[in-house]
Amino acid sequence: MRHTSGSENTPSDGSLSSPAGGPENARISGAENAPEGGGPCPGEAIKALPVGDNALLLECADGEASAALHAELLRRRRAGELPAVREVVPAARTVLLDGVDDPDRLAALVAGWEIPPLDSRPAAVVELPVHYDGADLAEVAKAWGVRPEEVAEIHSAVEYRVAFCGFAPGFGYLTGLPARYAVPRRATPRTAVPAGSVALAGPYTGVYPRSSPGGWQLIGRTDEVLWDPGREPAALLAPGTRVRFLPRRAEAG
Amino acid sequence: MSERTVAVLRAGAPTTVQDLGRFGQAHLGVPRSGALDPFAARLVNRLVGNPEEAAVLETTVDGCALRSTAEVTAAVGGAPCPVRVDGRPAAWGAAVRVPAGAVLEVGAAVRGLRSYVAFAGGVAVDPVLGSRSTDLLSGLGPPPLRDGAVLPLGHPAPGGPGPCYGAPPWPGPPDELVLRIRLGPRTDWFTASALRTLTTSAYRVSPAGNRIGLRTEGPALERAHEGELPSEGMVLGAVQVPPDGLPVVFLADHPTTGGYPVIGVVLEDDLAAAAQAVPGTPVRFLARSPRARMPSARVRAPTSRRP
Repeated sequence: MRHTSGSENTPSDGSLSSPAGGPENARISGAENAPEGGGPCPGEAIKALPVGDNALLLECADGEASAALHAELLRRRRAGELPAVREVVPAARTVLLDGVDDPDRLAALVAGWEIPPLDSRPAAVVELPVHYDGADLAEVAKAWGVRPEEVAEIHSAVEYRVAFCGFAPGFGYLTGLPARYAVPRRATPRTAVPAGSVALAGPYTGVYPRSSPGGWQLIGRTDEVLWDPGREPAALLAPGTRVRFLPRRAEAG
Repeated sequence: MSERTVAVLRAGAPTTVQDLGRFGQAHLGVPRSGALDPFAARLVNRLVGNPEEAAVLETTVDGCALRSTAEVTAAVGGAPCPVRVDGRPAAWGAAVRVPAGAVLEVGAAVRGLRSYVAFAGGVAVDPVLGSRSTDLLSGLGPPPLRDGAVLPLGHPAPGGPGPCYGAPPWPGPPDELVLRIRLGPRTDWFTASALRTLTTSAYRVSPAGNRIGLRTEGPALERAHEGELPSEGMVLGAVQVPPDGLPVVFLADHPTTGGYPVIGVVLEDDLAAAAQAVPGTPVRFLARSPRARMPSARVRAPTSRRP
């Protein structure tokens, strides 16, 4: 099956959720990388919400728990332990299972699982060289209370994880930046953001796979091709993929 | 064997290539796409002897005109419309022989919005990620038809079923669009009165709809709590309620994730009628009890199973 090509259950670091207190979606895996993950999560802690007749939305307490659930779903799917599901779509703190024959039965099944924490073993990391020269770099530096040159250092010091994709094919929502560096979207979105732009919004980092309108704050750009439907896999960044940004000088291609 | 192509003389606004969709990649942000009225797409394929997943053309309101380089069997279905071959009236909802060099003219829809045009052998543009569908949200698949474009046609499978005659034509969409919805997943983001409003008020189909969603006009739905919902996966038929409070029913090119709450999900069987409802059509949302199966209001085209 073509489905799992880009989304193998990449073992991820076990970064803990950020302390409570931030805005709701800043809780999502916004904390510093921790050496190990939390304990196993009982499936009963997962809320199963109805979505039409053939889908199920599994909601977790936070992004860390939904990432662990997503990894477990893919593991069980590969092991042939999951009833047929057409789409497995992780998001901020949910996993959508679409194209399911009997959602009620599947919900009951998941409730009986013990979800292990995200694997903390070292795994392959996608490295993206970045020129930190984005149009909003000064604004981001100001929000962070640092000099513009320090943005690259802070942003590239962290290992990221693709929490989910959306907006456009191959656009990943990357978590890993500490919660204190969350920035708002631009008040006025740009009508055209160049392909390869590295940008921030809320707790997320994203890289625009192609030129498109966009409201995120641009801090840099990469020459890597994020999305190519003729390539296998088409998406460089799939849910679960770990990512590092490597600062490049503007002149050094 | 001569090359089998059709040249686009009049593209229509817009006409796209569609099959049954692009599946299994929603987690990468890839919409499902596919014919908005899959019953009609399957039926026209059956009429020309194609497997039901062959790619067809989906017109929007004003049809299209094409010239074939080779003799080809075609069928026009979905929204009823006048069909002409080299200026002579031809049958709608039936297999039609188009001689080499002849012009197949698909007229403006008389009822409904979207007509479907199948050619024996199918429209053979290169598939992208397993589908030939045009995806208007993310630009995957072939671009919408343009005047002067040339589309390759496939060869009918030898020993295939051959054209089918006498299939039941579809009379067009009802005067009122009744959409059965199953509540959830985010019904609790709305007030009880919003729920009553949704299921008892008269909505109308807005002219602002497209392949991404059917937009409605009517009373706004009141939220029980404000704030932003963290992005979550979206399904076909999801009734998403943006800040203006007016329900949007997601169709095939819908985004794979979204942050506006979904009050309910329309039954997949009712979405083909939604895709054929002209602006101004009254819409009624009918809440139904969880997963109680009801007979479909729409006549399904018989599906052909192939090994």
